[in-house]
Amino acid sequence: MGKLSVMLGNWQLENPVIPASGTFGWGYEFAEWFDINILGSISLKGTTLKPCAGNPTPRIAECRNGILNSIGLQNPGVDAVISNEIPQLRKKFNKKIIANIAGTNLEEYVQVATLFDTVDVVALLEINVSCPNVKRSGMTFGTSPESVSNICHNIKNAVKKPVYMKLSPNVTNIVEIAKAAETAGADGLVLVNTFSGMAIDPATGKPVISTKLGGFSGPAIKPIALRIVYQVYEHVKIPIIGSGGIVCADDVIEFISAGATAVQIGAQNLVDPFVCPNIVKKLPQKMDQYKIKSLSEIIGRSHL
Amino acid sequence: MKKQIIYKIKSNRCLAKDVFLLTLVGDVDFAPQPGQFVNIKIEDFFLRRPISICSCTNSSLNLIYKVIGNGTKKLSQMLPNQELNLLCGLGHGFDLKPAIGKIVLVGGGVGAAPLFFLAEKLKEAGANFIAVLGWQNANSIFYLREFSSLCPVFVATNTGEAGQKGFVTDILKTMAYDYYFACGPLTMLKAIHKCGKPGQLSLEERMGCGFGICLACCCNSTKGNKLVCTRGPVFFSNELIFD
Repeated sequence: MGKLSVMLGNWQLENPVIPASGTFGWGYEFAEWFDINILGSISLKGTTLKPCAGNPTPRIAECRNGILNSIGLQNPGVDAVISNEIPQLRKKFNKKIIANIAGTNLEEYVQVATLFDTVDVVALLEINVSCPNVKRSGMTFGTSPESVSNICHNIKNAVKKPVYMKLSPNVTNIVEIAKAAETAGADGLVLVNTFSGMAIDPATGKPVISTKLGGFSGPAIKPIALRIVYQVYEHVKIPIIGSGGIVCADDVIEFISAGATAVQIGAQNLVDPFVCPNIVKKLPQKMDQYKIKSLSEIIGRSHL
Repeated sequence: MKKQIIYKIKSNRCLAKDVFLLTLVGDVDFAPQPGQFVNIKIEDFFLRRPISICSCTNSSLNLIYKVIGNGTKKLSQMLPNQELNLLCGLGHGFDLKPAIGKIVLVGGGVGAAPLFFLAEKLKEAGANFIAVLGWQNANSIFYLREFSSLCPVFVATNTGEAGQKGFVTDILKTMAYDYYFACGPLTMLKAIHKCGKPGQLSLEERMGCGFGICLACCCNSTKGNKLVCTRGPVFFSNELIFD
């Protein structure tokens, strides 16, 4: 194993750098900027059973050190993703990928997961029970231990691939929800999705984005996401993919030290398309500087 | 071709009320097309600012922008020799091929900027075209002389301080033309679109990334939601649906 290599269960990643769902399209779009094979993996845009048009515009608002978004899971539906998007990505990317699964009810989650379960290049299923921007779905599934447990249990019974639950930080006690997911058979966790937030135009007093509330992400959330990874790591044995405001190699080392095995980079991809390859290139230098021999041996070292 | 390029500011001067001309020097090796835009990183602001290209040479880029909020205000305070990080070659520009017969370029306010680049290309191609440009008042007019060197220009101002009092659509009504290229405020674009003639319209929408990833800037088309940053910003009149 190389010094950047990490294991998510039985899946060996060349490096822990994974662009986060919704900030990297279907992956191949970024092949116009750089050779995407430098990435550890790619998490696909959130996918629903049927095509989804998303929310009205404005869907995005700039905030200090981050963005508020309310895209509303616009995607062409799972069939189109499997027959069009993944084959296009395969032409540019030769590693395994992560499917991000969304839905408006339990049956839809299970159906989409079952369909992705048959796709060879999908290494694991990331279950989005944390999208704050879709009515009657998304985050409502992720805000109680019972519902996360229920959805996780049902998907686990239907699929063979590893199931990772992507959790919402918009809860009172995320540790309880993480434990419930583990007990229900989750193979791993992705921590965390965006924070429910708001932007108001001071001139008019009106909310900036069409849905009024949106999901906040970017560098501003890093300390909170890092704290959540740290807290949850003490209570679960399954691997954690850390995510929230990561913009540089130091951030990655911090998340891994807090207990993450791999990381996802989100909002920064939108403003710096080279952030992920730059982190992959910078990591070995930073590791040498801090006398870290391999990333896998520093997972959770902040707890010692 | 999409490319990230660091440019040096040559000049950044006020052309009209709240309107600036930013001249950047550096390699322009991304084959810019009229109607395409660049996305500029501005220090202390998370999102880049998308600005359409006004004209270029092999080694310089002219961008005309309006100061709307704090980001563009900060941009207007940047000085010569400072550097800017741009994502270049973004979006689909104007398609010159379908434009036949008498062509009219319709610009509203700062929307005139990308039409100047288009006018240069139409002139090169020997096309028969005129420009109809609308402004709020005399203080907001820019690049009139530059446009006049390329084609006949008709001006409208809301106040009547220059040209005809009223809107560009008032001038268009009195004209015979076969094809249009339009860029400007949404209300202007809607009014032009309503006339039913064939043409192309450059849309503006709040953008996240500018290169088709975040899905923030979608608009309504005959083929469903399309992204302004990648399918646009220029659309054919027959593919757009305005509410």
